Amino acid sequence: MILEVFSYLLRFIIILLIQLLVVNNIELSSSVNPYIYTAFILLLPIRMKAWQVVILSFLTGMVMDAFSSTPGLHIAATNLMGFLRYYYLRAATTKEDQEGRVIPSISQKGIVWFCFYGFVLLFIHHLVLFFLEIYGFGEFISTLWRVVLSTLVSLLLIVTGQLLFYNVRKNG
Amino acid sequence: MRNLIFFIYKYYVFFIFFTLEVFAFVVIYRFNTYQRTSFVNYTTGVTSSFYTAVSNTQSYFNLRRVNDSLQIENAKLRSELLTSYYKNNITTSLVNDTVYKQQYMYVAASVVNNSVTKRNNYITINRGRLHGIEPEMGVISESGVVGIIMSVSDRYSTVLSLLNNNCKISAKLQKNGAFGSLVWDGVDPKYARLLDVNKHVPLAMNDPIITSNYSTIFPEGLPIGRIFTHSLDAGDNFHTIKVELYTNFSTLSTVYVIRNLFKAEQQTLESTLKN
Repeated sequence: MILEVFSYLLRFIIILLIQLLVVNNIELSSSVNPYIYTAFILLLPIRMKAWQVVILSFLTGMVMDAFSSTPGLHIAATNLMGFLRYYYLRAATTKEDQEGRVIPSISQKGIVWFCFYGFVLLFIHHLVLFFLEIYGFGEFISTLWRVVLSTLVSLLLIVTGQLLFYNVRKNG
Repeated sequence: MRNLIFFIYKYYVFFIFFTLEVFAFVVIYRFNTYQRTSFVNYTTGVTSSFYTAVSNTQSYFNLRRVNDSLQIENAKLRSELLTSYYKNNITTSLVNDTVYKQQYMYVAASVVNNSVTKRNNYITINRGRLHGIEPEMGVISESGVVGIIMSVSDRYSTVLSLLNNNCKISAKLQKNGAFGSLVWDGVDPKYARLLDVNKHVPLAMNDPIITSNYSTIFPEGLPIGRIFTHSLDAGDNFHTIKVELYTNFSTLSTVYVIRNLFKAEQQTLESTLKN
């Protein structure tokens, strides 16, 4: 149990460092701001209790807010994503998945399933985040465009990251 | 009552989520406008030491470019030294401090964290309250305007970058002094837009845009950028102006914070008008 908590803490720190040191410095265009730290919430085990996921989302958002000097934006977006994750997983997984030690990742659920799962939740997260960031609907179309593009890039990065790391683990 | 408790028990996850979400929205609402960004005060102390470590490593890669820009600036400053002027006046004793009283002071700082691709960009610099920096001071680079100090901790400050939805800088055309406000539209960090310039004002490509004398933040006449394109839609009273910014935000490393020594005096005077 302690070991499990420790491994998740380590994963959280690694994902956060990748977000802050690498992804935040990618300057593709001003309409692409990927947020891959959400992968931490996406990859929590399916059987984890909903309230635990919500609290973890809240804490993740708080850490991100502190590092990007935004008040509450990441909390609002990540918290909503963590809450909706429970309902998505309840609808999209079997009873066995929910009771076993299954993680909603590519290696366990397949790439198509994961892409759909990731896209829906990342889209919700980015939608809330970007609209709260401009604080209104003044630039609706351009913001929506940013949401879609950033979601796709985030998803691409998360999928690539999983293919890299999980395959290494399997082979090793 | 029993039903209520049962109801809350049944949907307790939703209530946890709802409470936290409401908390987030309250925080967003309270701290959104940049006058009320004291939220950042709580976090800069912790996170900026992290960003300093990162920036220390990154700064090695920029040394050549920084050297070049400092050399150019040195040359410029050297040319403004008294010794490089030809003395044209006959009387040489003119040391009288009542004519020239220093109004602006500059504090050099280096950038420890910066972004250009987000809709609202912020910069963190390594000077703070201990160096005399206060919120709402102007920040410039060697080439042009950068932003406005948003909040300060003891050794760090966050800067509201010009590349931010909440940043509006009072500007004017150098040629004829026509006023406008400079805002960023979130598309390209190289360009901003100048609003509210009346259609009667004649414009030309490459006209320089400078800071106006209406603000207490920037001294008058600092370079901001130049007109890149301009157009006038039929029936519109104001020009649509795209300004090419002189400051290159994506390679920003050294900045100067401007202290206006007369600011308190001007603001006290102006606040008496409102009452």
